[in-house]
Amino acid sequence: MIGQYIRGSAIAAALFAVGMGAASANTVKIAYLEGLSGPFANVGEVGLRHLQFAADRINAKGGVLGQKIEVIPFDTKTSPQEAQLVFKQLVDQGIRYMMQGNGSAVAIALSEALGKHNSREPEKTVLYMNYGAVDPSLTNDKCNFYHFRFDADVDMKMQALTTYMAQQKDITKVYLINQDYAFGQSVAKAGRAMLTKKRPDIQIVGDDLHPLGKIKDFAPYVAKIKASGADAVISGNWGNDIALLIKAAKDAGLKAKFYTYYAGGLGTPPVIGEAGVGNLKQVTVFHSNIGGSGAAAEVEAYRKRFPDSKDDFYWTTIMTAVDMLTRAMEQTKSTDPTKVALAMENMKATQVTGEAYMRPENHQLVQPIFVSTFSKANGKDVKFDVERTGFGFQTDARIEAKDTVLPTTCKFQRPKG
Amino acid sequence: MEFFLVTLLNSLSYGLLLFMLSSGLTLIFSMMGVLNFAHASFYMLGAYFAFQTSQAIGFWPALVVAPIAVAALGAITERYGLRTVHKYGHVAELLFTFGLAYIIEEIVHLIWGRAPVEYKIPAVLDFSAFSIFSTQYPAYRVFMMLVSVGMLIALYFALTRTRIGLIIQASLTHPDMVESLGHNVPRVFMTVFAGGAALAGLAGVIGGNAFVTEPGMAASVGTIVFVVVVFGGMGSLAGAFVASLVIGAVQTFSVGFDYSLLNLFALLGIETSADSAWYDLWKVTISQAGPVLPYILMVLMLIFRPKGLMGTREG
Repeated sequence: MIGQYIRGSAIAAALFAVGMGAASANTVKIAYLEGLSGPFANVGEVGLRHLQFAADRINAKGGVLGQKIEVIPFDTKTSPQEAQLVFKQLVDQGIRYMMQGNGSAVAIALSEALGKHNSREPEKTVLYMNYGAVDPSLTNDKCNFYHFRFDADVDMKMQALTTYMAQQKDITKVYLINQDYAFGQSVAKAGRAMLTKKRPDIQIVGDDLHPLGKIKDFAPYVAKIKASGADAVISGNWGNDIALLIKAAKDAGLKAKFYTYYAGGLGTPPVIGEAGVGNLKQVTVFHSNIGGSGAAAEVEAYRKRFPDSKDDFYWTTIMTAVDMLTRAMEQTKSTDPTKVALAMENMKATQVTGEAYMRPENHQLVQPIFVSTFSKANGKDVKFDVERTGFGFQTDARIEAKDTVLPTTCKFQRPKG
Repeated sequence: MEFFLVTLLNSLSYGLLLFMLSSGLTLIFSMMGVLNFAHASFYMLGAYFAFQTSQAIGFWPALVVAPIAVAALGAITERYGLRTVHKYGHVAELLFTFGLAYIIEEIVHLIWGRAPVEYKIPAVLDFSAFSIFSTQYPAYRVFMMLVSVGMLIALYFALTRTRIGLIIQASLTHPDMVESLGHNVPRVFMTVFAGGAALAGLAGVIGGNAFVTEPGMAASVGTIVFVVVVFGGMGSLAGAFVASLVIGAVQTFSVGFDYSLLNLFALLGIETSADSAWYDLWKVTISQAGPVLPYILMVLMLIFRPKGLMGTREG
């Protein structure tokens, strides 16, 4: 325990030194809070490269209001407790903007800490851009005025996914396997409820929750899925949890189709390869082959900047977040988070996937959602492969922004602008 | 039936890997009286060394080179670390290995980064060996089992049939007598420590690519290995073997059981609903509780039989 404490504070000290050293007076600082060590470190690094990419693009055009954007990474170890400590640090350093997206448990903890801080110190408010933590409660009962979500939430995605699944007549038995925390539990709950409503004839033959980031061998779970006779599996797993699940399924020769949230996230496509063609599906707000010149240009620009085969463009949500943030700053001629937040509400965005807008009732970005299937790259509609595997995603269904809106229970207090 | 057989094989391959790790730990403990907290770190180093060497010269040379490299590190650790602090007693030795585990982890961070590295199963072993009904069984798992069993047999013969094995066994119980017979007991200690580290390293080589090679792998497997050693009885190789298989089976099979205490209540005729007191606790299924079960077993063992399954010492 002592060791852990010493180790923790050593890292904190190192990060603090980096933060202090790099921070210069006239920049807009965005703190990037993510697990940069531990089982999800790889996922954290992917997001960081995207944010850096977005910030560099703004800076190349002269920054915002004459100031450069500066990205300052903090390691949360994907732990809610750790993240709250990190939040105190960034407040102490006077950072007013933060971004996070991996792990809804972390997001909920941060949103709570943020709410308390902002109500205590209205002069020093902090704005939170959430690019990927999709537990519905963040924009419903636990919503917060200073929290903006740029990814579609679990229910919006599940709505799209189950509508698509309901049309697949070959599905008879469905297995749910998810990570045992806020997000995974939401996926399981939404999946069960929506699927049984849309296709009462489908049987739910399994509903597993496994510890987050701790399972290194999914073979026992795959044996269980196999025994259940499922022909479709729904999983919200991300990071290594999806890559290892898919790997175990492939090793055991499991024939079921996988309906996932994050199979297109980096790490999984190289694991499955040929075996995933036609069998691996995902529901996302973006994939490289959605079509349109904007999307293609974005993917190519990103690949030029990060040529390593492990890197690929994934988070449009980070691009939209940075774009909206800078436009709101220019519109209000201010870098004060409260003014910027009021400007961001109801703001329209033209992102590469199509028209999108920030919903003022709960600060959820409303945008098109795609269901896509892992396919062989063919230079035409599957132009881009993922991680240079020769395989990419092909759109099965596109759900327009207006059809993704769901009711919300969010009631937050607006500050006076 | 299909589920049972596949899971049995999975639990065997996992259990054997656990044994490869715990055998070294238990040998070192019985000889030197030191619980080596850095043991799982040698497992991690084995995986990282194998990753590095397999990128340079391929997997098969790595299978030999990586454990030898780990053994060399183990020898150095014993000769220049443990032996130096030995005179300050067991607490100093314990703290030394404890600190070493952190140092190794930080060194791994510095060299290989905090994210998992791509240490992949060699292409020649990446196919399915056979099918049980309709489930394919990956060849690499068979290979893992073969390596583990091969090591088990080699270890058995080395300890019981060779001269050095006899000296090691004698040094376990009567170090002073062995020394007065003219054997270099400190060197025997060093050999055992290096050998134990090599076994952990070998486990890392074959476990690192079957699972994930990341800086957290030492911590995630370290606690389980202690459970195995305590459960099997400190210092007992046979105990460690049985315990490895039992813990492997408990962890693997528990996934398949979706029963919770609610089912038990229903059997007993006690009615429960979502409003009942402690409902969230009762509804936890065995499969969800799986990761905790080995620790529960360990606690029960310590309560009812503190010396472990086949241990000889009390407490």
